[in-house]
Amino acid sequence: MTTAPRRTALDAVHRALGATMTDFAGWDMPLRYGSERDEHVAVRTAAGLFDLSHMGEITLTGPQAAEALDFALVGHLSAVKPGRARYTMICREDGGILDDLIVYRLAEQAFMVVANASNAQVVLDELTARAAGFDVTVRDDRDAYALIAVQGPQAPAILAAVTDADLDGLKYYAGLPGTVAGVPAMIARTGYTGEDGFELFAAPADAEALWTALTDAGRERGLVPCGLSCRDTLRLEAGMPLYGHELTTALTPFDAGLGRVVKFDKPGDFTGRAALEAAARKAAANPPRVLVGLVAAGRRVPRAGYPVVDAAGTVIGEVTSGAPSPTLGKPLAMAYLDAAHAEPGTGGVAVDIRGAHEAHEVVALPFYRRAR
Amino acid sequence: MNNPAQLRYSKEHEWLSAVEDGVATIGITEHAAHALGDVVFVQLPEEGQEVTAGESCGELESTKSVSDLYSPVSGTVTAFNQDVVDDPALVNSAPFEAGWLFKVRVSAEPDDLLSADDYTAFAGE
Repeated sequence: MTTAPRRTALDAVHRALGATMTDFAGWDMPLRYGSERDEHVAVRTAAGLFDLSHMGEITLTGPQAAEALDFALVGHLSAVKPGRARYTMICREDGGILDDLIVYRLAEQAFMVVANASNAQVVLDELTARAAGFDVTVRDDRDAYALIAVQGPQAPAILAAVTDADLDGLKYYAGLPGTVAGVPAMIARTGYTGEDGFELFAAPADAEALWTALTDAGRERGLVPCGLSCRDTLRLEAGMPLYGHELTTALTPFDAGLGRVVKFDKPGDFTGRAALEAAARKAAANPPRVLVGLVAAGRRVPRAGYPVVDAAGTVIGEVTSGAPSPTLGKPLAMAYLDAAHAEPGTGGVAVDIRGAHEAHEVVALPFYRRAR
Repeated sequence: MNNPAQLRYSKEHEWLSAVEDGVATIGITEHAAHALGDVVFVQLPEEGQEVTAGESCGELESTKSVSDLYSPVSGTVTAFNQDVVDDPALVNSAPFEAGWLFKVRVSAEPDDLLSADDYTAFAGE
């Protein structure tokens, strides 16, 4: 079955900017506007403007919204204060990861769940099913929001130029309703780049005005429009997992090295608890593969799916994401390696790059951490 | 995009200069460079290497993918562009000029090389 890709509210803006578009999870999205390396560097050194309207928003409201999310997700959402956000996951009964999520507590009885575009329907269906026993309404808000991100060290100054909201008081992983460039928006200090920055959830009808105002405010501060290509290299350098690469239904959060998101001590039962408790014990006693960073010694690029081998040529793991890193100037990868080979500095590790075993250094993630 | 009229083109998006003293210069087209995105690494055939029309003789790494480099003609490589090895971004910034890739002493060329106009139509520009 083929269907025409969906277009965001900013589609005409992207085309006017000459963007190279790509089909991503059923959406026609900007891959890059010019050089993806220049866009990447702009986010690290100044600021970048992203259209992320493909992300899937789902709103839960009602007296038992918090309890429903405690049951449906692995995190302890009832402990999140209004105005704050959490990185969390939704897992199957067998512990497999269905998606990684950011959940914003908008009010005492209102949460917004942001799912990956590729998983938004699954997450919506699962939340609806899992919330059935609770006094809560699950609403599909995918079409209710455009999502624009401003990321980079200049992001606070740029956003401050178009809003009176208290950005200094807005902490990392916090969100507040406000007015930006004259339009209502939920302002969140979140992102997927390893830099300071904001994500703005606004009505699709207001998206173009918001984008234009941010573009104008950023002109003197090095802001450039950025596509999904640099978003991927930015998150790779920052060691952030991407669903479908580092996270899949075949893995539990513990397999992915993200067991910290599972909160066993929260009140009540939750979907996947028994399987996840077993996964936690196994990860502590007999870890399977471990997610690590690889830095290439040469210039050929390790790509997702390439085998990782030891000095004898035995397969010891697999690359999940790889790209040339603009910041480090070398190819980087994330890979799952057998625990015996996963310690940083382990020698003899190579990636099988189309038949040639290319030497790589095992390092701890992330590759890049911004100076604060 | 502007595909120079004096060049000929392959359906694998390489260009071939006029043959002078038996030697032609080869590169990838602007269309191909744009589709690849930023080229970060090139592996080129070396001097003396035999290349065959339509067969892979190197690779181009970009941010998102790796692509085989094909030779549009058969022959012996007489030179490769060290400037591009040192600065692969030349492939993006000047694909038809400073971003040339290698030179071949031509022994045989296929009969389906395209003119600039035909290539422009083929590439759907």
